[in-house]
Amino acid sequence: MGSNMAECHPVGFQWVMEARERGAEVVHVDPRFTRTSAMATRHIRIRPGSDIALLGGVIRWVIEHDAWFRDYVVEYTNAPVVIDEGIEDTDELGGVFSGWDEEQGQYEFDTWQYAGMRVHSAAGQRESAGSGQTAGAAGAHLEHGEAPEEDPTLQHPRCVFQLLRRHFDRYTPERVAEICGCSADDVEWLARTLAENSGRERTSAFCYAVGWTQHTVGVQMIRSAAILQALLGNIGRPGGGILALRGHASIQGSTDIPTLYNLLPGYIPMPHAHHYEGLDGYVEMNSAPSGWWGNFEKYFVSLMKAYFGPAATPESEWCFDRLPRIDKNDSTYRTTLAMLEGGIRGFVVAGENPAVGSANARAHRLAMAKLDWLVVRDVVETETAAFWHDSPEVESGELVPEQIATEVFFLPAASHTEKDGSFTNTQRLLQWHHKAVEPPGDCRSELWFYYHLGRMVKERLAGSKARRDRGIRELTWQYPTHGQREEPSAEAVLSEINGWDETGTPLSSYQQLAADGSTACGCWIYCGVYEGGVNQAARRKPHWEQSYVAPEWGWAWPSNRHLIYNRASADPDGRPWSERRKYVWWDEEEGQWTGLDEPDFGKQKRPDYEPEQGADAEAAIPGRRPFSIQADGRAWLWVPAGLTDGPLPTHYEPHESPFENALYERRANPAREQYPGGENRYQPVGDDPGADAYPFVLTSYRLTEHHTAGGMTRFTAYLSELQPALFCEVSPELAAERGLEHGGWATIVTARSAIEARVLVTRRVRPLDVQGRTMHTVGLPYHWGSRGLTRGGTANDLFSIALDPNVHIQEVKAAACDVRPGRRPRGPALRDLVSSYPRLERELR
Amino acid sequence: MSEHGTNGDRGYYGRPVLKAPVWKPQIPFYFFTGGLGGASAVLALAARATGRSRLARASSLVGLAADVVSPLLLITDLGRPERFHHMLRMLRVTSPMSVGSWVLAGEGAASGAAVALDLTGRLPRVRTAAEVASAVLGPPLATYTAVLVANTAVPVWHEARRELPFVFAASSAASAGAAALPFVPPEEAGPARRAIVAGVVGELVATEAMKRRLGELAGPYRSGRAARLDRAASALSVGGAVVTTALGRRSRVAASAGGALVLGGAMLRRWSVFVAGRESALDPAATIGPQRARLEGREATRA
Amino acid sequence: MSAVPTTGATWPGSYGDEARPRVGFFTDTSICIGCKACEVACKEWNLVPEDGLVFTGESYDNTSALGANSWRHVAFVEQERPLRVPTADPIAVDGDTAVARTDGDALRWLMSSDVCKHCTHAACLDVCPTGALFRTEYGTVVVQEDVCNGCGYCVPACPFGVIDQRELPDEHGRPDGRVWKCTLCYDRLEGGLEPACAKACPTDSIQFGELDELRARAERRLAKLEGEGWVGARLYGNDPGDGVGGFGAFFLLLDAPEVYGLPPDPVVTTRDLPGAWKAAGVAMGALALGLAACASRLLGGGR
Ligand SMILES: Nc1nc2c(c(=O)[nH]1)N[C@H]1C(S)=C(S)[C@@H](COP(=O)(O)OP(=O)(O)OC[C@H]3O[C@@H](n4cnc5c(=O)[nH]c(N)nc54)[C@H](O)[C@@H]3O)O[C@H]1N2
Ligand SMILES: Nc1nc2c(c(=O)[nH]1)N[C@H]1C(S)=C(S)[C@@H](COP(=O)(O)OP(=O)(O)OC[C@H]3O[C@@H](n4cnc5c(=O)[nH]c(N)nc54)[C@H](O)[C@@H]3O)O[C@H]1N2
Ligand code: SF4
Ligand code: SF4
Ligand code: SF4
Ligand code: SF4
Ligand code: SF4
Ligand SMILES: [Mo]
Repeated sequence: MGSNMAECHPVGFQWVMEARERGAEVVHVDPRFTRTSAMATRHIRIRPGSDIALLGGVIRWVIEHDAWFRDYVVEYTNAPVVIDEGIEDTDELGGVFSGWDEEQGQYEFDTWQYAGMRVHSAAGQRESAGSGQTAGAAGAHLEHGEAPEEDPTLQHPRCVFQLLRRHFDRYTPERVAEICGCSADDVEWLARTLAENSGRERTSAFCYAVGWTQHTVGVQMIRSAAILQALLGNIGRPGGGILALRGHASIQGSTDIPTLYNLLPGYIPMPHAHHYEGLDGYVEMNSAPSGWWGNFEKYFVSLMKAYFGPAATPESEWCFDRLPRIDKNDSTYRTTLAMLEGGIRGFVVAGENPAVGSANARAHRLAMAKLDWLVVRDVVETETAAFWHDSPEVESGELVPEQIATEVFFLPAASHTEKDGSFTNTQRLLQWHHKAVEPPGDCRSELWFYYHLGRMVKERLAGSKARRDRGIRELTWQYPTHGQREEPSAEAVLSEINGWDETGTPLSSYQQLAADGSTACGCWIYCGVYEGGVNQAARRKPHWEQSYVAPEWGWAWPSNRHLIYNRASADPDGRPWSERRKYVWWDEEEGQWTGLDEPDFGKQKRPDYEPEQGADAEAAIPGRRPFSIQADGRAWLWVPAGLTDGPLPTHYEPHESPFENALYERRANPAREQYPGGENRYQPVGDDPGADAYPFVLTSYRLTEHHTAGGMTRFTAYLSELQPALFCEVSPELAAERGLEHGGWATIVTARSAIEARVLVTRRVRPLDVQGRTMHTVGLPYHWGSRGLTRGGTANDLFSIALDPNVHIQEVKAAACDVRPGRRPRGPALRDLVSSYPRLERELR
Repeated sequence: MSEHGTNGDRGYYGRPVLKAPVWKPQIPFYFFTGGLGGASAVLALAARATGRSRLARASSLVGLAADVVSPLLLITDLGRPERFHHMLRMLRVTSPMSVGSWVLAGEGAASGAAVALDLTGRLPRVRTAAEVASAVLGPPLATYTAVLVANTAVPVWHEARRELPFVFAASSAASAGAAALPFVPPEEAGPARRAIVAGVVGELVATEAMKRRLGELAGPYRSGRAARLDRAASALSVGGAVVTTALGRRSRVAASAGGALVLGGAMLRRWSVFVAGRESALDPAATIGPQRARLEGREATRA
Repeated sequence: MSAVPTTGATWPGSYGDEARPRVGFFTDTSICIGCKACEVACKEWNLVPEDGLVFTGESYDNTSALGANSWRHVAFVEQERPLRVPTADPIAVDGDTAVARTDGDALRWLMSSDVCKHCTHAACLDVCPTGALFRTEYGTVVVQEDVCNGCGYCVPACPFGVIDQRELPDEHGRPDGRVWKCTLCYDRLEGGLEPACAKACPTDSIQFGELDELRARAERRLAKLEGEGWVGARLYGNDPGDGVGGFGAFFLLLDAPEVYGLPPDPVVTTRDLPGAWKAAGVAMGALALGLAACASRLLGGGR
């Protein structure tokens, strides 16, 4: 669901095909019939943005039909836990949970928490942004020792299970079908099929990608799947789980060792300017008394040793004050909007093409015209680098090259084939790649660029006495280089990430990390990737020479555990749930966990282990609790803290949708981030006057033949010829209704802009019956821009900036639009067409 | 658009199953000159044998001219003209083009020698040998091009493999006769005139037989460019034959005019066949229809 | 089947002990995901030029056909019919209908990667006058680019419209003029590597190997699909008794060949060559005798 795996992860999809060949049921839930649907054993067509309703219906069915995995649920999830008596559900409050603060436009979390415990978490401090990620990583903090109030019979009216049952009670197959535009049979079939393929003998997996994340309720869509998988006992077991099919080849790597403004390596939160006094407060706030995060201080101190080496001492608080601080949400869209207001002088874009790839791309291009300087590091001169001389705004006359003050620097980058390095893939697997060819001309690797940049900056500041420069002066920055280009050694960086002890011996596991400064480690979750001084990520033992888990191919974090939470593959007593699905189990003779994979658990921790008072970190997790990252070792059906928009998923309409919410008064996610006004115009929605100007649902997506914003494909002949033009996919019915001619041109209009595309009329897109109306979908690939061998309209010019409140991801999978036959107006006439459509400068309901 | 691609005999989005021949206009012209050269050699020998030395010389000169032009046409058609000699790298019996290349080479040499010796009047025996050789190679030269096109996957050619050689042979005979007329006095041109009549009649009969055999596949000859060329060819040939037989005996000018018409007819006949081939190759139904029928026929008999 | 001396039939004999087991492709379209990696890998490895950015609107296919500049071509066919009909399925749910086991709107999207068939009796090779086309020790059919003179005969000879002439400029900027097609990665085979397209195929839809083994595998595969109730599953080109003596690269299709733009019952044109020559022989005789008769006194007599 929410992924077009065959088209976007073709290589990974070979395993889905293999599963299908072995008799697995492969279901594809997608608004369009795609190459994935074509391979599936069944395709279920739903309206963009309606997944929570569908999964809610499935959850309800599973509970109603007692199809959930009781033994798993009672022991391994927080189903029995009783929640604070103050809790009120969306049923009572017309679509919001208790704690909603209309003025602040955000939630207070007290009433969501485990009864009788104060659960405090980073969440809620909304400006410390990515709070979702922060808490998601650190988990909620349970008070020391004491176990939460529980009801193993799951009868207590306020136990999680009962809250869950009541919450989804209104998601009946009929209601869901009405919202999603599918049939009630689809809903029940899906539920039945999942149920029949789960349990002791069987497991089912969910694969999702940005068909889920790119919504104002993205995180909650994934939550729905998490709840379902926990209810069915499909997590921590072979063939189960929820696979986030990540994007760029190492996008997982760039969250582990983040390119995000609010995280440090290993999901350690970026220090905040105001939330605490000094190191102790910071550590106190981010470590949990129990679970992995109980050792937060060890991870953090080791990171600081890696950063600052000898300068990091107890006296200097491990150089804690040398780290930069964040004081507000500085996520990319906020930055762009600030830029648009002229609040930002310089901008470095490395390996990104926001002029095509970011929602409301037009706003991004206009914003860059307000900069003093712009640096773009890329393998080609992208639309971002060329915004000032080659863009729709230059064509329309809104931007005049002579009048743009921005000084643009283009630095040619080496591509992945031209440098050594590692990719971390979807399943946390690090795989090393070796340089195949020298980068041409002035192209240089990222490593080369940042190493030498850092070196020069350090040289510049060597003599500086300024306090603010200490961080840079004390930063360790020695990496061996080779070749006349002085290319830094990527392996040296990997070994620093892995970490070492005082003797300089490489560490082999994060469990060796210490808080006394005796260990240095650049990223605690990667500790072990350089075990024994060997690049474990470069291992290439083929799968036919080892077990199907293939432990000797590459290296998976943490500690080469391929399947995380794998203790859940055994029952509470440590026996496999079934012979067919055995994976990791307790060996009484050996007195330890064994199996096909590295146990994701204290190897010697007995299944019947009970922590005594005062135990902390992983020792505080009982032997029957597999989810040891979480503070309580349980899978969270209910999220007591850590999410900004509710402890349970709730169906909301997309930010811009032609429909009202059929389940609640509240139309859309109340907590979503909105930035109305200026270049970010919104549209009338639901039954509001003017909404009928945008009658169709617009969704955007990818094609196998191109990659994201196109820098890597539109400039390549062999790929451009395979998909040589931007097109929109429409049903024969819509084509007839709007007089669109197959192979001809259509113009798609929103309050932001209008773009033209060739018309591809196909049965693979269909009108749906939604809430008593016929709904048409318009599909648009988003790869095109004004440059490259194949050029075309940029889909992102059409989308507004409205974000998921937890992770600030744009809603580009569901919006409303109009479609007209023929090409778009040229020059200034384009803006006239757009302004002839209704627009709103305020927040939407 | 609902059923993308699937439209029965129209196949895949109506795209051709076959590739159309890539040959340039030189080729249909060569079909003509080759035929002319081949038939002229025969006519020359026949004339010689019946003591018509002027007709013999005229025909062998015409033949030689044709044998000189032909290779030039072929070479300029090649994608890689500088590699023309690769044609004689080997003899491949399954390739009429290979066989034909050798025939053409031989014919060129033979007729060249014959003419040279005839004009210089030296080595009469050798000359006769050369004349016989070129007359022996003449018929193959005039007809192998029919086998060449028939030996392709193009339906309108392949299915006409039994008739095409007769079409080419007959119109070659007619053109040989026609090409000689301007150079010989009417009283000695009897064989040429008779060749025209016989050739044109034969050509018409063979062409009609070919269309009958093709049935459905004869579409290109019924409408479109090939059909127009076909009609023009017949008209010119018949017209030319009538003129030469009616007035050819009395006036060399009239005979030449009639001959010109016949030559035009023979030329257009080759063009008609050539264009029909293109059209047939580009029509997926022409390829799919008969094959589907054949297949179902077989399956029926098996069942 | 055909008694014709097709040079194809001389393999492996002609290679003596240098002959290798015959290799080829089994392309199983039931697991093709239409990613076109095969098309790109082929072009990358063989430096085949890009040939135009044309939006066809024919589903996701903008390559359209095999040709001089596309040696792999992935066809996309959108149909309104179920992929499978219900069968006794281990996990099938009672009351499940055919529709329920496929797309809600019983839609299917066929994808198939086409390539040169490396025919047992290869028309292209049979008709090649220069010997540029030859059969390798692996039983595959390859063009020698340094021999081909662009005569173009192989183009209309191929019953699948595979091989074609390249007009795009060559390395020297002149129109290339030669013909090109899949070489079955002859150079990679020599280096002990599997062909680039097969290597790149993520789902193993393209299976490379020894032909006998592939044919057996294909039979098993078809049986499995039939057991699972796949609609229209069939093998194409696996039968050594067919019109081209079986393909070296054969397919498992989910509908009639013509739906994918393939000929339903292809025949190597040289199978009928003897017949064509026979007809031509008669025509030659007629030409010779006819002209002789025209000249002889018996006919019409006089001058
Ligand atoms: N060839 C290729 N591969 C790629 C990429 C590429 O650009 N090209 N990009 C890479 C990157 S960065 C990423 S993030 C991944 C993304 O991988 P995917 O998420 O698979 O890519 P998309 O095509 O954006 O979206 C997937 C599907 O979501 C569907 N969809 C839209 N709205 C909804 C909805 O509300 N519910 C459901 N269930 N489905 C919906 C769309 O119709 C689309 O088919 O792909 C990666 N792989
Ligand atoms: N409408 C709509 N918008 C979307 C999406 C959608 O589905 N619909 N998807 C979103 C998603 S998931 C993503 S990930 C984004 C992607 O959006 P972007 O990241 O902005 O687009 P990319 O084209 O992936 O940009 C990567 C750039 O890095 C360059 N590059 C490649 N290798 C290197 C290197 O080694 N060094 C450097 N410096 N540069 C390199 C490439 O040439 C390319 O230009 O788009 C998002 N936007
Ligand atoms: S592009 Fe790379 S990451 Fe994407 S599917 Fe292919 S191999 Fe996997
Ligand atoms: S498919 Fe065509 S090109 Fe390929 S071998 Fe057969 S005849 Fe030759
Ligand atoms: S074009 Fe080249 S390969 Fe084809 S027949 Fe002529 S010489 Fe042979
Ligand atoms: S075998 Fe080689 S040449 Fe033939 S299609 Fe595959 S990659 Fe191209
Ligand atoms: S690579 Fe394989 S799966 Fe992809 S299109 Fe080609 S044959 Fe199909
Ligand atoms: Mo992505």
